[in-house]
Amino acid sequence: MSLISTGSNWTFELLERYDAAIATCAGEFGLDTYANQIEVITSEQMLDAYASTGLPIGYAHWSYGKAFIANERAYRTGRQGLAYEIVINSDPCIAYLMEENSMMMQALVIAHASYGHNSFFKGNYLFRQWTQASAIVDYLVFARNYVAGCEERYGVTAVEEIMDSCHALMEYGVNRYRRAAPLSLVEEKARSAERQEIARLQYNDLWRTLPATPVSRIEASKKNFPAEPEENILYFVEKHAPRLTPWQRELVRIVRKLAQYFYPQGQTKVMNEGWATFWHYTLLNRLYEKGLVNDGFMLEFLQSHANVIRQPDFDEQGYGGINPYALGYAMMQDLRRICERPTPEDRHWFPDIAGGDWFKVMDFAMRNFKDESFIAQYLSPRLMREFRLFSVADHEAREMLKVDSIHNDDGYARVRKLLAAQYALDYRLPDIQIVKFDREGDRSLLLRHQALRGRQLVEDEATEVMKHLARLWGFTVRMERTGAGGCVESTRVCEAPWQRQVA
Amino acid sequence: MLQIIDRRLNGRNKSAVNRERFLRRYKERIREAVKGMVGERSIADMDKGGDVNIPARDVSEPSFRHDRGGDSESVHPGNKEFIPGTSIPRPQRGGGGKGGAPGSGAATDDFVFSLSREEFLNIFFDDLELPRLARTAIGDTEQKKFSRAGFVKDGSRANLSITRTMRTALARRIALSGVVAEQLRDARERLDQARAECRSDEDIAAIETEIVILESRRLHVPMLDELDLRYRNVVTVSQPVARAAMFCLMDVSASMDETRKDLAKRFYTLLYLFLTRKYEKVDLIFIRHTDDAEEVDEQTFFHDTRSGGTVVLSALELAHKIVTDRYPAGQWNLYFAQASDGDAFGADAGRCASFLQQHLLPMARYFAYIETNEFESRHASSLWAGYEAVTLPYFTMRRVARPGDIYPVFRELFSKGSNA
Repeated sequence: MSLISTGSNWTFELLERYDAAIATCAGEFGLDTYANQIEVITSEQMLDAYASTGLPIGYAHWSYGKAFIANERAYRTGRQGLAYEIVINSDPCIAYLMEENSMMMQALVIAHASYGHNSFFKGNYLFRQWTQASAIVDYLVFARNYVAGCEERYGVTAVEEIMDSCHALMEYGVNRYRRAAPLSLVEEKARSAERQEIARLQYNDLWRTLPATPVSRIEASKKNFPAEPEENILYFVEKHAPRLTPWQRELVRIVRKLAQYFYPQGQTKVMNEGWATFWHYTLLNRLYEKGLVNDGFMLEFLQSHANVIRQPDFDEQGYGGINPYALGYAMMQDLRRICERPTPEDRHWFPDIAGGDWFKVMDFAMRNFKDESFIAQYLSPRLMREFRLFSVADHEAREMLKVDSIHNDDGYARVRKLLAAQYALDYRLPDIQIVKFDREGDRSLLLRHQALRGRQLVEDEATEVMKHLARLWGFTVRMERTGAGGCVESTRVCEAPWQRQVA
Repeated sequence: MLQIIDRRLNGRNKSAVNRERFLRRYKERIREAVKGMVGERSIADMDKGGDVNIPARDVSEPSFRHDRGGDSESVHPGNKEFIPGTSIPRPQRGGGGKGGAPGSGAATDDFVFSLSREEFLNIFFDDLELPRLARTAIGDTEQKKFSRAGFVKDGSRANLSITRTMRTALARRIALSGVVAEQLRDARERLDQARAECRSDEDIAAIETEIVILESRRLHVPMLDELDLRYRNVVTVSQPVARAAMFCLMDVSASMDETRKDLAKRFYTLLYLFLTRKYEKVDLIFIRHTDDAEEVDEQTFFHDTRSGGTVVLSALELAHKIVTDRYPAGQWNLYFAQASDGDAFGADAGRCASFLQQHLLPMARYFAYIETNEFESRHASSLWAGYEAVTLPYFTMRRVARPGDIYPVFRELFSKGSNA
């Protein structure tokens, strides 16, 4: 086989040839992807894309302008580089390539985004459950036009107020678990038949003689609403807020839909990047084995690759937590190693996969896990030693921090558990749910903040968010904080803007 | 399978609208910042863009977040000498101890961004206008406006109105083929009648040929004919225009020291920027005076240094002369801005005031007097005292003591609706 190209300049024709070569390799491994769409953009357009959270189309909002201004300034003054690519979970899968990239970089990006991320989007259960890749671009177009239409009709300020309030609650506009699908007619019939059968079997004429206790309407309405606590605050607002007009509800819905679209991405950062990094490494190495790229290409590639997966130690300058690329890539490589060259330790920790078919094992992991469960399941002792992971306990009552466990026999299980918990949504996001809507009384809304191990909310921000929620809700909003025992520790109250004016 | 799209030629400023939203939201803050800049800048930099600081707290987007405190564990890489149970002192962040309200101890960085020249001037001159501007003159040749005026039968191809043409064609087709259709129906009826009555063959043949001719005639009505073409008609209309002239009168006498001159020049720079930006057709006349007034170009006005005695009246007289020569009051909106340190000797002040009232003010739309004096003088200057006799709504006097005063005074003088 002969080299595809030499030198660092790229052309459209070369892009196609590299893509074809990478597609062949990916096919050999059996990667399942959406069709690819590659868009070449300038660095300025990349800055634009940054501002709209990577989406190709977005509605106008000042916060995007703020992000744009901040990014642009950081870029112009040289404090921040730009990403080499942005990839969008859509069908076809859209990847943005910057024109400034060298040929090697473009090939790397194609392998990373158009094959790595792409197959992850298509395969992972969270993405399958919560996003519709084929519909997202159309929905974004709808959202932008709808918001623009509302601005024209009701004024920019009125729309902005609603959007601000929704953005403040965006992270609470997500369904974390799938609701049960409504029963089909057949199922419904079967269930009612089954009920009748049970009633027939348990029939006892004596029941007839019991005096009836009529349930009055007032009694029934005193039942708590919602019956179960609701974690999706924006959903509840959209459906039940007493004072919202239909267009305002639609705006709430738009923000909620976008939040839901991003929900899987936040849950699979380590896995997604690890998977994509693993595949760009594997695919480009395959090109090299086939003799399609030369040593210069590989050296340039390895340098970029090493930069991406660098993990600074906790005491180094520039340490900002665990690098998802580094951890994810190491775990993916480690999975392959466990399958191909298992040690006795691996056989002890992973009896079901050690020595198995690496592609099948990795494919299974990619499809059925999120960061939290992936780490809990697959982080090996060997990797913990390699990263020299240790956990620190920060307890309020103690003056000093304490090292809780380290990478030794006693600590492996505990470190792994703690690291997995760190990627759980609850670790980052306070647990706040709607527990009561006083429909028959003052129409106030009651939230409950279940304080996890004494962790508090950032006070002034919480006050602000409460104001936003009260604006959406249109009546008083209360939030009570419950401690470990479930008893209410404190309550904060926020009235709606018009109520404050009346008072 | 693969689709490559070159987006580089697409618009670059997709975020422009978002940026604009941001500026709109923080307009008040930015305006404050811009106001501050005027005082600090040199005259040459007056119209540049600039950096604006907004406290980070004001632009933050709130959300429910965990505060520090409570119990938690975190995992980090790169263990070197720790064993379980090792105690580590808490890293000091910000400087606030435990329980300190966030934001009180920790320093919050400002949100900094740059305004472009355009944005800067937009905010700078937002909501300002020339007061009492009236549309006066009609018939100036430059002020023609194109206007649509119905449709005509000939014109250039570019002006072809397709809808109107097709509508005419449809009308023509209905009109032409309708008559033929009627005749055809009539002929067919006669044919049936003739057959029923068993007329002679010639009669029947004659009617049949008639039908053939009529049918061919119906088919020959064309879809589109030269007659149908209609063109949009465009005519030129003369427009009444608002013509305005601004007279900038500046005292450059010896008593106007560098600071005072600088203040005056700053004021006129603002005025100049404002007028050239907002009104394309404003004539600017620069007059400077010592004991003798002269009309100069803007270069000389802003940059030349000249000194001498003081006769304020000379400038007013020169302005009046220029008005009578070149800017007849009926056709022009006349504006005057006068800057001086207020020094006037002897009868000069009184004569100025009366000249103003008798000659200049009757034809002026607006007259602004700015006294540049770095000392907040307790007793009025002689010119100020003289001018105080004038009490017309469109005559205003302001004192400027520091560069920082200029912008507020300027806004006051030209804010929308202030002197209407």
